[in-house]
Amino acid sequence: MIAEAGHYALVLALALALIQSFVPVIGARLRDPALMNVARSTALAQLLFVGASFIALVTLHVNSDFSVANVYENSHSMKPLIYKITGVWGNHEGSMLLWVSILALFGGLVAAFGNNLPLSLRAHVLAVQAWIASAFYLFILVTSNPFLRIVNPPIEGRDLNPVLQDIGLAVHPPMLYLGYVGFSISFSFAIAALIEGRIDAAWARWVRPWTLVAWIFLTLGIAMGSYWAYYELGWGGWWFWDPVENASLMPWLAGTALLHSALVMEKRNALKVWTILLSILTFSLSLLGTFLVRSGVITSVHAFANDPTRGVFILLILCLFIGGSLSLFAGRATSLKQGGLFAPISREGALVLNNLLLTVACAVVLFGTLYPLAMEMLADFKMSVGAPFYNLTFAPLFALLLLAVPFGPMLAWKRGDLLGVTQRLLAAGVAGLVIVALVWAWTRGGSALAPLAIGLGVFVIAGAVTDIVERTGLARLPFATVVHRARGLPRSAWGTAFAHAGLGVALIGIVCETTWNSEYIATMKPNDVAQVAGYDLKLDGLLERQGPNYREMIAQFNVSRGGEALSVMTPSKRSFTTRGSSTTEAALLTRGASQLYISLGDVTAEGGIAVRIYHKPMVLMIWWGPVLMAFGGMLSLSDRRLRVGAPKPARAKQRLQPAE
Amino acid sequence: MTIWFVFALMTVAAIFAVLWPLGRGGRDQSQGSEVAVYKDQLAEIERDLTAGLIAAPEAEAARVEIGRRLLAADSSEPVLAPASNLKWRRTAAVLALVGLPLVAIAVYVPLGSPALRDFPLAERERGAGSGMAQSLENLVVQVQQHLEKNPADGRGWNVLAPVLERLGRFDEAVRAYRNSITYNGESAERRSDLGEAIAAAAGGVVTAEAKTEFERAHALNADDPKANYFLGLAAEQDGRKDDAANIWRALLAKAPADAPWRPLVQTSLARVGGGGVTMPALSDQTIAASKDMNEGDRNAMIRGMVERLATRLKQNGDDVEGWLRLVRAYLVMGDRDKAVGASTDARQAVARDSERLRQLNEGLKTLGLDG
Repeated sequence: MIAEAGHYALVLALALALIQSFVPVIGARLRDPALMNVARSTALAQLLFVGASFIALVTLHVNSDFSVANVYENSHSMKPLIYKITGVWGNHEGSMLLWVSILALFGGLVAAFGNNLPLSLRAHVLAVQAWIASAFYLFILVTSNPFLRIVNPPIEGRDLNPVLQDIGLAVHPPMLYLGYVGFSISFSFAIAALIEGRIDAAWARWVRPWTLVAWIFLTLGIAMGSYWAYYELGWGGWWFWDPVENASLMPWLAGTALLHSALVMEKRNALKVWTILLSILTFSLSLLGTFLVRSGVITSVHAFANDPTRGVFILLILCLFIGGSLSLFAGRATSLKQGGLFAPISREGALVLNNLLLTVACAVVLFGTLYPLAMEMLADFKMSVGAPFYNLTFAPLFALLLLAVPFGPMLAWKRGDLLGVTQRLLAAGVAGLVIVALVWAWTRGGSALAPLAIGLGVFVIAGAVTDIVERTGLARLPFATVVHRARGLPRSAWGTAFAHAGLGVALIGIVCETTWNSEYIATMKPNDVAQVAGYDLKLDGLLERQGPNYREMIAQFNVSRGGEALSVMTPSKRSFTTRGSSTTEAALLTRGASQLYISLGDVTAEGGIAVRIYHKPMVLMIWWGPVLMAFGGMLSLSDRRLRVGAPKPARAKQRLQPAE
Repeated sequence: MTIWFVFALMTVAAIFAVLWPLGRGGRDQSQGSEVAVYKDQLAEIERDLTAGLIAAPEAEAARVEIGRRLLAADSSEPVLAPASNLKWRRTAAVLALVGLPLVAIAVYVPLGSPALRDFPLAERERGAGSGMAQSLENLVVQVQQHLEKNPADGRGWNVLAPVLERLGRFDEAVRAYRNSITYNGESAERRSDLGEAIAAAAGGVVTAEAKTEFERAHALNADDPKANYFLGLAAEQDGRKDDAANIWRALLAKAPADAPWRPLVQTSLARVGGGGVTMPALSDQTIAASKDMNEGDRNAMIRGMVERLATRLKQNGDDVEGWLRLVRAYLVMGDRDKAVGASTDARQAVARDSERLRQLNEGLKTLGLDG
């Protein structure tokens, strides 16, 4: 009953999405408000039905109803409740259902809170959402249906992939999908604008917050995924340039560019056509990411789906939407009204530079991701593009970008004064240089670039602080006025500062971790002592323990430094009987921003155990950075005020540039 | 039948979602327009100016710009007279009333299984009426469910533990034996059963944990055969072959003549060299491999090996040790008739060589087959 009702609810959602795809568009043509309003109620009903369908699947997993093939293949009655729930999206079918549920959620939000949108725009936006939704409902029902049944249900399920039996799975995919799918809103807005042939101020007011929401979730999702890989896979690495990671990084890069260009558009009515193009590209990259992960094109740690029919189906969806939207763009972009004008040296100009660098960086990642695939497909030649490629291409681009970051927020709109900004950033620059010198003096060994990169990180952070100091007048005004001004400062300004500082923080973390991490790999026997980065780790012993659906072997380490006992670390190795596989649970000891990391290998015949111990200096800053960025994004999102970029009045006649 | 009723209700709700706005005819016309946004922006500039966030000349410049846009928007805002189109509204209504259920049925029927009811595990374990074959695994699940609710039911654990062990679910068997001891109290038998399960879970190695259990069992009853056997095995695995042989010899001395485990101990004793003749029955590797197999596979493997040995001996009957190994294997497998048959064959094969015959008879004597 629950299974079939959930299945039928999904089918009804498809039927509603089909109606929502056509009726509102016809309504907009005929200017009939009733027909246009159909979009709204169907979007809400769609959300209701998909939501019911998703809840039905969760219930089936919780109840261990093994008559549902999806539950049988991915669940086990002994699994803890939390993993029964997260296991719903720990597999291909369920994760696609989560994908459409989030899509329906965003559609429902536009329908529910879109009162201040022009009626026809709302109708078009929801219709485009319904096109995407219809395609994915069909995909789910035809190729990856989570509600297919088994007539003679087995008594026990096959359990979830043990690597996924972790709290990370509860958070990482939903966050990532909220990000991916959130960009569908700006995509729908872009397509709607192209169909209507005009972009008005209401358009810009709407697109930026949606993009921001998606961006916040994507940022957190990527950071979460990276941290998960760091502690679960047992290698101590946090980024592998794995195609699946790139698949989430590309929409992030394009989305960051979109966020900034949408800002220009909202505040200054400029960069309209470019913003539209970026909206299309960002969502296209999200679709590409979904394709890469879901089709099983790439076999990696993430690819737990492998089925060619699915791949072809998603490829069709991909071509349809990317091809369709880009042709629409090519055909209609010229008819859009051009926006405001600005000088090359101005806030707008700085944001154009930001967009340029971000899109080129994104193109580099796209190339690095697709080139090996193309080679494998066309030339039957397997290769992998890894860190060396990205260090040579992506890193310089980002260094340039970071160098420019502090300048952006300090330049005035429309026409800016680069020299003045440079003077005001002098303190930040000096701080950066001092740090470079200090780090250089302090450390021997490691890359010569490392101190420079740390200096750059400090410069970015100091630049963000300078911006706030300048705005509040901390250096030149009495304290009471400063407090007053700080309070009156738009939250979006604080958001910018936090997000930019987050970049610097992450950069420092990345550089410190990659340059100065130390590792110790050996076979240890009880009472052996390992010395890593000044810490003494003594292996006390090995013991075995029984978990709910696994058995684990725990190694107990006593950590001390200079004879003073600090803590006990207990890395373990879990073996799961049902799947016959095992996972390593690394033990982490946090000291400030640095971490000690122990993961276990195999037991040797002589009773020793292979152990990998890492000391990772400042590693946590890598994830504090994105969290700061997301926090900045939330601050900016909470700012309900309108965005107006007040231009500096022209003193002398300057030559103005067209926006596009 | 209820399922169809639910489907019908859901379909009606979906249809209603389409018909509702059509019926209301688009009355509430709350919608945003470009002009409204610009007016809001002008108000925002005033607020920023009074808060001191922007200077007066900047505010003025912004005001001029927005004013310009406002004028442009005002004149270009398309005069959208809402037109109501009855023909299309009717078409949409028909689409919802007929098309929607048709699409839903057309998609659902080939994919769904409306006749199949839910099978949540809890309900299935309550058992009756599910019409499913009550296999051993099913029964285990039922007992486990029962014990989850009544964990203090010692008898239940007692029943469950050996079944789990036989099913090869050693980890669970260990837990069950532990619980059995907790709720039924200690006995030498339970302790050594627990030790056996722990050893089985460890792939046949008598771990320190398992050894502790056997020692406890031994302390409770020094004559407990299982504990003694495994303590011997532990000694053997530790490389103390003499200790192992002593333990097993003592065990055999006290054992009743018809004890079913006698041949097993004898084989083991022979393995460590305490049986008078050295007879490696199986290589360590094969034993390790067989530990990981389930009961059926293991039996099949042993049978295969025994058969190979028998064929080889038929071709070349001079190998006394081979014959003894074969006889012992039959005894271990519980096939006494075949063992007797094999010993007769052996005597015939080596009858011409008195030295070999003597060896054979000696060996058969230690195996308990005197003739």
